[in-house]
Amino acid sequence: MYIIQTENLSKYYGKARGIIDVNLKVESGDFFGFIGPNGAGKSTTIRTLLGLISPTSGKASVFGMDIVKNKTEILSKIGYLPSEGNFYSGMKVADILALSANLRKKNCEKEAAILCKRLELDVSRKIGELSLGNRKKVGIVCALQHKPDLYILDEPTSGLDPLMQRELYAILCERNEEGATVFLSSHILSEVARYCKHAAIIREGKIMIQDSISKLGHTGVKRVTLRGIHELPAIENIRDIKIENNTACFLYSGRGDLLTQILSTLSFEDINISDPNLDEIFMHYYAKEETP
Amino acid sequence: MTIFLHELKRNKLSLILWSAIVSFMLGICILIYPDMSSQMGQISDMFANMGSFTDAFGMDQVNFGEFSGYFAIECGNVLGMGGAFFAAILGISALSKEERDKTGEFLLTHPISRYQIISEKLFSVITQITLLNLIVLIVSILCILIIGEAASYKTLLLLFLSYYLLQLEIACITFGISAFLRGSSLGIGLALATGFYFLNIISNLTEKVEFLKFITPFAYADGAQITSTQSLAVKYFIPGCIYAIIGVAAAYYQYPKKDIT
Repeated sequence: MYIIQTENLSKYYGKARGIIDVNLKVESGDFFGFIGPNGAGKSTTIRTLLGLISPTSGKASVFGMDIVKNKTEILSKIGYLPSEGNFYSGMKVADILALSANLRKKNCEKEAAILCKRLELDVSRKIGELSLGNRKKVGIVCALQHKPDLYILDEPTSGLDPLMQRELYAILCERNEEGATVFLSSHILSEVARYCKHAAIIREGKIMIQDSISKLGHTGVKRVTLRGIHELPAIENIRDIKIENNTACFLYSGRGDLLTQILSTLSFEDINISDPNLDEIFMHYYAKEETP
Repeated sequence: MTIFLHELKRNKLSLILWSAIVSFMLGICILIYPDMSSQMGQISDMFANMGSFTDAFGMDQVNFGEFSGYFAIECGNVLGMGGAFFAAILGISALSKEERDKTGEFLLTHPISRYQIISEKLFSVITQITLLNLIVLIVSILCILIIGEAASYKTLLLLFLSYYLLQLEIACITFGISAFLRGSSLGIGLALATGFYFLNIISNLTEKVEFLKFITPFAYADGAQITSTQSLAVKYFIPGCIYAIIGVAAAYYQYPKKDIT
């Protein structure tokens, strides 16, 4: 059983595209990265899963339960961190945390205290006085204090300083090791590459690819760098060509023997052929139509 | 109950302020009555003979020279308008304020059904209106005791009951509208309350537009008419009940399927 599963999930805002035929499968215990540029449909997908908006067509299940019929039951086992934390402005942080716990009919004081200490969050402050980063921390504690089975985090590190980002991931990794599933959206590729086990890339409302991070890194594409060359002949299946300072650099996605045949006709001093890093692969999906 | 209590806490200051202002104004009206009544001889005749103006405020139906008549008119203006505004503001913001303040995402991602949110919020609106009326009623009775006027408590209670029902109706209608709105819309609520008030005034002026009385709750919450007949106009009250039910039903219909953005 998948912990999150969507089937042709689509959402239109009137005629405007939200997401189109999204098919996602997230296994229990996964650390899943959902990546894509701004406006690609990450938040729309997450908001649909949480029942904030209803799908136009298709269906989705969380914990094997239908997101429309069993919404309340699903929500009781989820910790959700919105990308922008907005809370009742006149209230103190401690009151917000208690309200969130009460709405879940749980007592989370102990866990809240531990989290606030780790994230250096002062619970006596009023929400209105908090900086963006500190409000984000309130959201994090609300999402984590009841120890849910599934974490859905929308751009969890935005607004946090690097130390806090590391602390947050440390906590998430602990929870993941304890068996919880983490599903996070991000447009910061390096953090997804570093922490996630699986990832899906969404672009213009459609899922471009979904696979394990290690497989996403082995796409058959090679980064080729030639030193001591001024211009390149026409080669099939290459893109992202950069020529400067006697160095030519490009991505090659064809057969290896064809590449070496062409290279053997060229004159150059040095060569490096390597797997591209994940950033480059993600960029490839981000901007697919721009490639020649 | 968490949301109900949370709502009451959030609105505490507003409830205190509104109760204080309405109580204060109505209390003042009562306390100045002894001074007014000594000069009331001519004024009463004058008020009763101002043509349309007299009709508009129902001053042809009551004796302004008596406390009950005076109180009916003043109560209608102060508690009628004040209470209607309070109810309209509460109702129109009840559901929509979560989106205005962008707190909907926080609230609605907790394991509570939207039906329960509607119910607790509606219950909180009704509770606040009840509290306001109780406070104003107690202050009014105290003020009447201070000036030592022999008031008919039956009429007084009937007056308060009618304005209470009026406020509940306006709250229910605006509550229903609130489910369709995104963001702040106090204007719609206040315009509705004011509109109802003037519809009644217009319908008092001419019998040709009597049908307006079936639209506005001020038709049954009419101090002058209640004081003179000692009863609530049931034929105007029944449509009011229907509008209130439609408002609440609209909220339960619309809010659960609303996209929270």
